[in-house]
Amino acid sequence: MTVVQADAEVTTGSPAPPERRHRGVPKTLLNLLSVVLGVGVWWGFSLGGFDIPAPPEVLKRGGELIADGTLADDVLASLGRVLAGFMLGVALAVPVGFLMGWYGVVRGLVEPWVQFFRTIPPLAIIPLAVVLMGIGETPKIFVIFLASFLACVIATFQGVVGVDKTLINAARVLGAKDGTIFARVVVPASTPFILVGMRVGLGSSWATLVAAELIAAQQGLGYRMQSAQLYYDLPTIFVGLISIGVLGLLMDRVLLFAERRLTNWQERR
Amino acid sequence: MITIDRVGKSFAMKNDRFVALENVSLEVAENEFVTIVGPSGCGKTTLMNILAGLETPDAGQALVRGARITGPGPDRGVIFQQYALFPWLTVRKNVEFGLRTAGVPNPERRERAQHFIDLVGLHDFADALPRMLSGGMKQRCAIARAYAVNPSILLMDEPFGAVDALTRVRLQEQLLQTWSQEKRTVVFITHDVDEAVFLANRVVVMAARPGRIVEIVDVDLPYPRTEELRLSPDFTALRNRVWSAVYHQEPVA
Repeated sequence: MTVVQADAEVTTGSPAPPERRHRGVPKTLLNLLSVVLGVGVWWGFSLGGFDIPAPPEVLKRGGELIADGTLADDVLASLGRVLAGFMLGVALAVPVGFLMGWYGVVRGLVEPWVQFFRTIPPLAIIPLAVVLMGIGETPKIFVIFLASFLACVIATFQGVVGVDKTLINAARVLGAKDGTIFARVVVPASTPFILVGMRVGLGSSWATLVAAELIAAQQGLGYRMQSAQLYYDLPTIFVGLISIGVLGLLMDRVLLFAERRLTNWQERR
Repeated sequence: MITIDRVGKSFAMKNDRFVALENVSLEVAENEFVTIVGPSGCGKTTLMNILAGLETPDAGQALVRGARITGPGPDRGVIFQQYALFPWLTVRKNVEFGLRTAGVPNPERRERAQHFIDLVGLHDFADALPRMLSGGMKQRCAIARAYAVNPSILLMDEPFGAVDALTRVRLQEQLLQTWSQEKRTVVFITHDVDEAVFLANRVVVMAARPGRIVEIVDVDLPYPRTEELRLSPDFTALRNRVWSAVYHQEPVA
């Protein structure tokens, strides 16, 4: 997240742009209603003879897992892997994406590989990663790294390529040379793309996590669900699923918040 | 002083070449206000890009005070039709952009930016982001930004093309007011005949295929130009003359 420089500061005290708000029911209320309805449907299915645990049962198991510390340990283990892989991926993707967008040579050299690996689901890399890197943390973090790198590098590259030519010309006629144009026009102009890439990358990191934890993990939400599967322990699987969903959502919100703050200058429809 | 000497420029098309400019020669005097009108495809934007140093001519040369134009330079300020404000910078930071690249130290930078922000009447919006401004205000900010680096020449490419007719009239008056306070050589491109006559010392009429100058009309009307002048018979006569020069060319496909 080092891509936005101090110049991109924005005023908060200036008049707010006219916002179109929908009249009637507020959005948060609708969201809440939707959640309640969804849980209701779930409960309905469970009562209606489907072989799934009812919400109270899952809630109870959740309480137990929290009480004995298992859930916290699993969450920490999973979060650690996702964050490590994701941050490494982004840290490499942003400079590589910039170089690809800015220098035709780098683009020509790197793009075939990026496109090639993009067509391989990160999960398909797991067997190779295990053979080469063993069954420790490394292969797990590696596949998550790969997933987030690929999502983010493409977005950064697209952002750089898509910078409005008029803005670059405007900077040139104001006396800016290549270095200045890069730092003060290309970087801020592609920030929205990078942040979208980071959100997509985070999504695929989470998606890859569970599968990565199927490789002989001792801890983690994916491992917990995998072992619950052996004992037909559906409530634990549900607790795991919900935890992954909630954590993913929270992390996405954090990025969305950052995006709003950093790209507040964008005209939004 | 600008000298355009037998400039030619063509672009490759699918099958043949599109001649944007052919044998175009023009001299613009110091502090003169010249407008260029012509139908689309007459090469007026290409001509401006050559003057700005964003494109190089295939034939002939363009000179500023005897020196050949080889690239963009701080002696020439450019105002684009699409405003081209940096959307992540406030009005003030946009105006300061050129001063920063020129390495003007902060107290002076701020002062000069403020001066031109005031000059175009944007002082209440100095800390607003471009997305909060109307089209007319954006263009005024772009004018302030170009003025701030103190160029001797202002190149304006249909700057008021995207604003409504009423705003355009006000922007024209304001531009002339700014220009009379801070005299510069101005090359102003437009497709609006009224605008061309109202602003200029001289109106250059261009034609397309190939892009060339067909007529140069001297506008010997006094400044400051007022609404009365806009409605006067003298203005109308000149306007009609330019109109027929623009619209009674051989039909363009």
